Amino acid sequence: MTGGQGVTLRVEACGKTFPDGTRALEPITLDVARGETLVFLGPSGCGKTTMLRIIAGLERPDVGGRILFNEVDVTGIPIERRNVGMVFQSYALFPNMNVAENIGYGLKIRGIGKAEREARVAELVALTGIEGLVHRRVDQLSGGQRQRVALARAVAARPSVLLLDEPLTALDAALRERLRVELDRLLRTLGITTIYVTHDQTEAMMLGDRIVVMRKGAIAQIGTARDIYFSPASRFVAEFIGATNIVEAECHDGMLALPGGRLPIQNGASGAVVVMIRPESIDIISTEGAVLSGRVGDVSFIGDRQRLTVSGAAHKPLLVDAPNSLGIKAGDIVGLSVKPEAIRLLAGD
Amino acid sequence: MPFNTFIRLCLLPLAMVVVAFFLLPMVRLVIVGGSGDLGVGAYAAILFEPRFRATLINTVMLAVATTASSLLIATVAGLFLQRHRFPGRALLVAMLTFPLAFPGVVVGFMIILLAGRQGLIGSITLPLFGEKWVFAYSIQGLFLGYLYFSIPRVILTIMAAVEKLDLSLEEAARALGAGPWAVHRDVILPALRPAFVASGAIAFATAMGAFGTAFTLATNINVLPMLIYTEFTLSANIAMAAALSVGLGLVAWAALALARSFSGGTVAAAG
Repeated sequence: MTGGQGVTLRVEACGKTFPDGTRALEPITLDVARGETLVFLGPSGCGKTTMLRIIAGLERPDVGGRILFNEVDVTGIPIERRNVGMVFQSYALFPNMNVAENIGYGLKIRGIGKAEREARVAELVALTGIEGLVHRRVDQLSGGQRQRVALARAVAARPSVLLLDEPLTALDAALRERLRVELDRLLRTLGITTIYVTHDQTEAMMLGDRIVVMRKGAIAQIGTARDIYFSPASRFVAEFIGATNIVEAECHDGMLALPGGRLPIQNGASGAVVVMIRPESIDIISTEGAVLSGRVGDVSFIGDRQRLTVSGAAHKPLLVDAPNSLGIKAGDIVGLSVKPEAIRLLAGD
Repeated sequence: MPFNTFIRLCLLPLAMVVVAFFLLPMVRLVIVGGSGDLGVGAYAAILFEPRFRATLINTVMLAVATTASSLLIATVAGLFLQRHRFPGRALLVAMLTFPLAFPGVVVGFMIILLAGRQGLIGSITLPLFGEKWVFAYSIQGLFLGYLYFSIPRVILTIMAAVEKLDLSLEEAARALGAGPWAVHRDVILPALRPAFVASGAIAFATAMGAFGTAFTLATNINVLPMLIYTEFTLSANIAMAAALSVGLGLVAWAALALARSFSGGTVAAAG
């Protein structure tokens, strides 16, 4: 099989229909560059895990679908000969082996000698920062340590493609945050072509070179974190990624007509439109001279800023992020300003 | 009534059952075992009297062979049955557990019908090889009978354990390059070990002490339960029969205790 640290990966018209007739995946085609980290992001049941399992070789795509590593068709090759590294949500560490045996298992199966195996295990133990744990049984490890062992085991045999299925979901929030940073550093150090599946948008944006947002077995949008955050292709993507305001309104003469005033927008749409405005793109200004105003409902302090709900401006209350320095309390009437370029017109649902 | 008194009263039935049906008979058995011509030496005779020792070894070997064969057959069958869905599967599983419904006498009778003088195997081998294969009345026949009623007990335990196997462990092993043999050797069999120990101990203890089948097949098969029976009824050597009973009990109990220490107390004695 193809060795080495990075292959190009091509998914060609891969759909998946389960024997009971459920369509888990519409035929999907996409390319992943050498060393790229591609994140499949979506709610549960969107088909992202099925996609990962097809790339891994644990599921066969429907007839006509192909998986290519470095232009070589591997569709018919079972997972054990595909040379992939995989990290499972449950980590799936072998309970009958200690940490070193777990990490070295793939090398042992490949018939690599003891000395070379031990050297490689030591290298990975150092890389993942689990020195001192090598002789532990896996049930003596904490969640974060298990995650590191699972990752070390997956990359030990230098796989062509690294596949991670919600690797941080089983951890608590603080640990998840720390490991996210660590994982990002590791993936960049290793330079392996990586497929990462998650339902967590923060993870996706931080780790992915590109993100594939999935919905109901199809691609909703594919692009960089910035593309997806600032220019969502649909209302679904806009609502799924980050906090956002979806505003339905009439548009006339380049102005959005809202109950609390009018907002200038950039493009020349007219009639009924749906637009997206991120909470951080709305500025609180004095009511004097403001084209749009509303009444502050809730004020929630979220550390680095405060998040307000402002009612009366649009049909539904707007989420607005304001600096902590701003003294605002519930019931205040405030003016709102939004730069025309921060108002994105959305298509479809 | 104070709460503590109430709890102590609840203990009373248990204490009565333990004393009446366990402690008293056991103590009596141990005392009787040491009250014969040989005195306490009767216990030593189990190991040093050639006839008794040969029977003990025979019985243990039979139980070991039954256990090993049951585990082998039941593991392969149990893995297949739990992992594959096919028409008639439920019926097959029900049939496999059928022997649990039979007493040892019926199992012995079935072995005679299969491998006895008028048995099925004999009637097939006679025209084929020119001789009648008859092994129902020997230790081989007994082995077949024990296998027959050990397999259901073992297969049910193994199937339950296979159902609980973590599929992602197998997928992880495959992702690391393990083929079907390696997956079984490194993942599945180690995960099934507690089930092997638990069901193996029961198969062993049952094969050690089963009597009905041996009695049906022949009275001169050299196994401990038959020896106890003949010492007791034919030779009227009650003390030796008691000593042998204690010995048999100890071996079977040791197997179950060993299994319990391995699998954390889930072994239930049966048979």
